[in-house]
Amino acid sequence: MRGRRTHAAFVDWAAMRAYLDHAATTPVLPVARQVLAEQLGRTGNPSSLHASGRAARRVVEESRERLAALLGARPSEVVWTSGGTEADNLAVKGLFWGRRTQDPARRRVLVGATEHHAVLDPAFWLAEHAGAEVVLLPVDADGVLDLDALRRELEAHAATTALVSVMWANNEVGTLAPLAEVVALAHRHGVPVHSDAVQAVGQVAVDLAASGLDALTVTSHKIGGPGGVGALLARRDAPLVPVLHGGGQERGVRSGTLDAPLVAAFAAAAQEAVTAREASAGRLAALRDDLVARVLAAVPDAVLRGPADGTRRLPANAHLTFPGCEGDSLLYLLDSAGVEASTGSACQAGVAQPSHVLLALGVDERDARGALRFSLGHTSTAADVDALLAVLPGAVGRARAAGAVGRPPAAARTTPHGGVPAAVGAAGARV
Amino acid sequence: MRVLAALSGGVDSAVAAARALDAGHEVVGVHMALSRSRDRFRTGSRGCCSIEDAGDARRAADVLGIPFYVWDLSERFEETVVADFLDEYAAGRTPNPCVRCNEHVKFSTLLDRALALGFDAVCTGHYARVAAEDDGGRSLHRARDAAKDQSYVLAVMGPDRLAHALFPLGDVASKAVVRQEAAARGLAVSEKPDSYDICFVADGDTSGFLRARLGERPGDVVDASGAVLGRHDGAYAFTVGQRKGLQLGRPAPDGRPRYVLSVEPVRNRVVVGPVEELAVGEVVADRAVWFDAPPPGAWTDALVQVRAHGTPVPARVLVPDEARPAAEGPAVPSPGGVVEVVVDEAAGLRGVAPGQSLVVYEGTRVRGQATVLRATRAGALAGGLPSTVGGGRR
Repeated sequence: MRGRRTHAAFVDWAAMRAYLDHAATTPVLPVARQVLAEQLGRTGNPSSLHASGRAARRVVEESRERLAALLGARPSEVVWTSGGTEADNLAVKGLFWGRRTQDPARRRVLVGATEHHAVLDPAFWLAEHAGAEVVLLPVDADGVLDLDALRRELEAHAATTALVSVMWANNEVGTLAPLAEVVALAHRHGVPVHSDAVQAVGQVAVDLAASGLDALTVTSHKIGGPGGVGALLARRDAPLVPVLHGGGQERGVRSGTLDAPLVAAFAAAAQEAVTAREASAGRLAALRDDLVARVLAAVPDAVLRGPADGTRRLPANAHLTFPGCEGDSLLYLLDSAGVEASTGSACQAGVAQPSHVLLALGVDERDARGALRFSLGHTSTAADVDALLAVLPGAVGRARAAGAVGRPPAAARTTPHGGVPAAVGAAGARV
Repeated sequence: MRVLAALSGGVDSAVAAARALDAGHEVVGVHMALSRSRDRFRTGSRGCCSIEDAGDARRAADVLGIPFYVWDLSERFEETVVADFLDEYAAGRTPNPCVRCNEHVKFSTLLDRALALGFDAVCTGHYARVAAEDDGGRSLHRARDAAKDQSYVLAVMGPDRLAHALFPLGDVASKAVVRQEAAARGLAVSEKPDSYDICFVADGDTSGFLRARLGERPGDVVDASGAVLGRHDGAYAFTVGQRKGLQLGRPAPDGRPRYVLSVEPVRNRVVVGPVEELAVGEVVADRAVWFDAPPPGAWTDALVQVRAHGTPVPARVLVPDEARPAAEGPAVPSPGGVVEVVVDEAAGLRGVAPGQSLVVYEGTRVRGQATVLRATRAGALAGGLPSTVGGGRR
């Protein structure tokens, strides 16, 4: 009977879809659409001095003030960017170059092992092209940063450390970082700290001043704004060298004509996401807890990744691995049944790779291939969870059969929470 | 049916998927990533292994409006196709990696995974036809366009796999028609050049690839009498029938060109000689896969083909039975069994190397396939043949 149901779902291609991938991007909020449409009807370069330019500039600056107020920053600390990736690049490269200009000995870049590629790749690029030394900070089996490793690293090498970058909340497993401790440790040694808060805004309280961070990455499309716009919130004394050079916009740190419609819509979305945060976080956490409990009941050998304590992870995030399955197979089977999720990990040249995040948590490669991330958002309802549970058990059965094709039986597996992985073993594994 | 369309990024597989869609099937596109270290862009006439090819496949799926996935089958490909390629050359044989890919990857792992996921068939852009038989089974036939026919490399899949294979291009008149159809459908790959070379050998330099993977193993180039004529860097880089690249300092006494007659991996020798020594009158092949096996113990008229796009030649084939065991079968029983083949030397079958695939046809229909164990001039088998073997000459 299960087969028949799956078949029906397959054929019913255009049926209503359950969208469980809000961490990839979330539907644009009506208020953001409205602001965007309004602003697109106007003209004017914010850098122009005539009336149209002044009107555009006013929109940009009001949006800047609005975003700053929402995130505990001063307006002058908001640097508009094209999105999270650019903001991360600006933070990592800009702080590295700025700090090294002050003292050429500062070459070390300390980043969490589970950082997004938008932080990891600039760091490794600096290692290849600018003499940086990248230090991957290990995490525990829940994905929580190892503070002792950070402490040892700073105590031994503070004078040669350029910056620390640790994400506020992990995009795959949702783990919240012990940022207050990270900032306290780093600042004790005079080292600036950047955090990628792309996934955190709208789900947990994000406040630049209260966090003590030197720089903070946010983006619009994860909180109901349009794509193509984000910001780096950077303290004015953060030594940022620009990545993009040109017209000198954004206090010379980020050149390029500002897009008034995009920043206005971003600010409008942020207003709604941050204002509604407490209520929506509670609602989504309850929905998430229900999803996790029902998935674990339906597929008993599935393993929840990231902290089991829901308060230590993003409220809208659930991440599970399904032994014996390829995440890709699950994705296809769910998609064909109208349920949209993610494997959570990047693909390399189109080929799904075991997630570096899961490997850093100590998950073995085979289990890491069977990962699915379910992420909720402002449009999520209990019906979405129901739709998932209607098809997931059948999909897991099929994916498991497909996963067994052409593979030898599993050898002795490591336990799901097998401790610190060899890949990032000792504190400060160097690359 | 639910159909998984293998999309290489080329024009054939894209049009095949489009035709499957037109036929009313539910189609999902899958690109097989077969190489771990892939080039960013397609170079020359290599197959489907670059990132650009994967992108072309994805774009074709977009145009067709079908879901698209990339499946990483590189491990399986390396363990079977590439490993077999190296082993075979190291053993002095001449493998056909496309045949092994169809045997171990496309119509094995890919198909099995597709069936497990609930698909009914795998669709590819191969040029071959499938016909329904009276008994409910299916038979594999040459494509309508003989120049593009690929039944030779598909025969290895056997009847069980054929039941789940879809070749929508088997009936097209020519490749030009496929290109026109691609253009008409808005598929950007319509002008993409054909691929010929071995997909996993970068820059098409097979002997360089073999040298890199197998290491240099210098040895002698000798004539049939054993006289040393020159040196080589590795016998594996030579294949029976090869003329170029022998690098023999002095010409043959009679001034005629010399060809590789055999490769002897144990003695690390390459034996060369005149063209007439390449003539083949008898072939023994093993690892037979039959769609329609000839009755055991009886010589049967057929056509045999020993290389892709080679000319089929009339032959008599024999599947030995217990009463009449193989004349010179392998020491170890062969999975799938042995087939013996006799052809008229005048038919022009030359330079058949161990390891090549031998496909047995009746007209356009594939009867079976086996892997060449040994090819010789007329002699050994003929002695055991019924006198009617001459009837095989036409």
